[in-house]
Amino acid sequence: MTMTMTDQNGAGPGHTITALVEDKPGVLNRITSMFRRRGYNIASLAVGPSEIPSLSRMTFVVDGNPSTVEQVAKNLNKLIDVLKVVNVSDEDSVRRELALIRVNSDVRTRSEIMQIVGIFRANIVDVASGSLIVEVIGDEDKVDALIDLLRSFGVQEVMRTGTVAMRRGAHERQSHHAEASTIRMESGL
Amino acid sequence: MIRTGGQIVCEALIREGVDVIFGLPGGAILPLYQTLPQYPELRHILVRHEQGAAHAADGYARVTGRPGVAWATSGPGATNLVTGIATAQMDSVPMVVVTGQVGRAAIGSDAFQETDITGITLPITKHNYLVMHASEIARVIKEAFHIANTGRPGPVLVDIPKDVFTEEVEVDWGDEMALPGYKPNLKGHGLMVKRAANLINSAERPVIMAGHGIIISRAYDELRELAEKAQIPVITTLLGIGCFPENHVLSVGMPGMHGMAYANLAIEEADLLVALGMRFDDRITGDTSSFATGSKKIHVDVDPTEIGKNIAVDVPIVGDVKRVLKALNRQVHEASRMEWMHRIDDLKRDHPSMLIRETDKLIPQYVIREIAEATEGHAVIVTGVGQHQMWAAQHYTFNDPCTFVSSGGAGAMGYEVPGAMGAQVGRPDKVVWSIAGDGGFQMTMCELATLAENRIPVKIAIINNGFLGMVRQWQELFYEHSYVATGYSGNPDFVKLAESFGIFGARVTDKSQVRTVVEQAMEFDGPALVDFVVEQEENVYPMIPSGMSVKEMMEEPRPQEAVR
Repeated sequence: MTMTMTDQNGAGPGHTITALVEDKPGVLNRITSMFRRRGYNIASLAVGPSEIPSLSRMTFVVDGNPSTVEQVAKNLNKLIDVLKVVNVSDEDSVRRELALIRVNSDVRTRSEIMQIVGIFRANIVDVASGSLIVEVIGDEDKVDALIDLLRSFGVQEVMRTGTVAMRRGAHERQSHHAEASTIRMESGL
Repeated sequence: MIRTGGQIVCEALIREGVDVIFGLPGGAILPLYQTLPQYPELRHILVRHEQGAAHAADGYARVTGRPGVAWATSGPGATNLVTGIATAQMDSVPMVVVTGQVGRAAIGSDAFQETDITGITLPITKHNYLVMHASEIARVIKEAFHIANTGRPGPVLVDIPKDVFTEEVEVDWGDEMALPGYKPNLKGHGLMVKRAANLINSAERPVIMAGHGIIISRAYDELRELAEKAQIPVITTLLGIGCFPENHVLSVGMPGMHGMAYANLAIEEADLLVALGMRFDDRITGDTSSFATGSKKIHVDVDPTEIGKNIAVDVPIVGDVKRVLKALNRQVHEASRMEWMHRIDDLKRDHPSMLIRETDKLIPQYVIREIAEATEGHAVIVTGVGQHQMWAAQHYTFNDPCTFVSSGGAGAMGYEVPGAMGAQVGRPDKVVWSIAGDGGFQMTMCELATLAENRIPVKIAIINNGFLGMVRQWQELFYEHSYVATGYSGNPDFVKLAESFGIFGARVTDKSQVRTVVEQAMEFDGPALVDFVVEQEENVYPMIPSGMSVKEMMEEPRPQEAVR
């Protein structure tokens, strides 16, 4: 799921935050309401079940300077339904999103599109007479680059999942509970 | 044990130690009300408007430290609570609100008196619940009280559909709370406490800014120990008033927009601010970029989101201020700081904000002084918002905690009467004065009926200047005396109004009558109202205009004199 909100803080580089949250009615509303009320800008938001039953994991890409992002993380942590918040933007992390792109194509352009798709390790997942659907997985930059290249053929529709992110390395490093984040905050971010 | 949902609500409240509920029934909450006669230990006070129920629960909580409880029905009953809930949220007041909701099958159908109150109150509660099964009520009420009254306190709303009140279930009081995401950090980081102690020990001109957190965590003794041991002057924020005795030699009064000039100047000249359980509200800082630029800052708060939000700090400490102060006091050295104390004395002498102007006319500051004298500084003072609130904060001498009760962050006019009602119910042993504006009073004056009906002996002082006074003051100072929509020429006869409710009523127009009538009101066995017809265009000074710095501070321009 991707949602975009109007930018009130000025564009900044995207920071990625993940949150482990209770899978209950209204939790998404509580979280997005907090973003809206505090004037934070969500560039993308992806939600899905986590490895623990009854808990979901969300990945937010947030625009803003580091102190704004720290406030976002702290305000997320303050919500009763949020168990754990991890700021993964400054860590070595794996970041992926999936996009479906419906692009104009005919017999003259099809092979050129297939070449580009091949370079990006993307897939063509549907072919119709005047268009085809490209499926691509990668970080935002890769997806942006492919969409840019396909624009010259005529992009009809883009669907993006929003970024999901996970830290590299052993699981302990990923486990980052409230106390650890408080200590980091106390030591001046 | 088979119980209905309504019975479980009542029994859960009793288990939480609740003794009083402020509320007003209606269709959706009726099944809950109909179980009340089975529980005589729950006193219900029938308000005349749900806003009054919320403010009363809030006032009760502020003087007792125990969560206040308000009940209302669905739809307009619930939405009428909103101002009171927002007030409690802004001022970190523990409160549990139970609202009736339309039956489960009707939710989402725009049924009669259906309102999405959990959606509406989402940003103004600490947490809220829509309970869809009676079997969840016992756990939810337990969680609601726990959330409301731990960490940074706040209001919790529990919305219960009508048919859940009548649903019969086997109740399990042993149900554990399920709050894996709620773990307030109370301890305070040892390294940061050490750094704070080092900063205090090496400071030459430190100032403590003590806020509501000191009262919430009952850290008065620890605060006093720190101040006395390290000889640090103590400024108390609006909601921190009473956490440190104002007659103490180290007390420097209130800071901010209408704070004491010497308090603001002390902040400006300090080399270290020790901020304890406060949140650098814009009414304290004014322009944040020029606020206290010459000082290092230690900030202790239980809510991590408050730290670094408005003001950058050098030593952030997330924790309960009482626990943090206990640890800090062990590491702070005794000091004398004579030079700094003399400088504070000079500031007090050169900027005598506590003096009031010389006049034979009846001015509001004089009324507050007389009430302070008559009650020997030991009453509970409840205010709304505006000029009367600032005069009460400035000119009453508060020496006890939990004696100044006021809508601070929300700035809700209309808090004064129902807030005082709740405070009086919570502290029947205390004299409670509601210092009201004539504007705010008229917003919730229907609660005079509740006061009269229950013989709740609140004493109301209307500081009647026939204006929305603070707005008029801004119009005078910043809009060239253009008094748009602030004159209250249609005020009722407040004395006759009081008498119509069976409440003692009196009017004071002359300085010489003040003390006598204040005494009469207090001698009257029951609620009393005094209409003080004061100078209409009196201004609150000092004043730092909104968004400006201490350099732009305006002090009383007319001659002043000390009162006694």
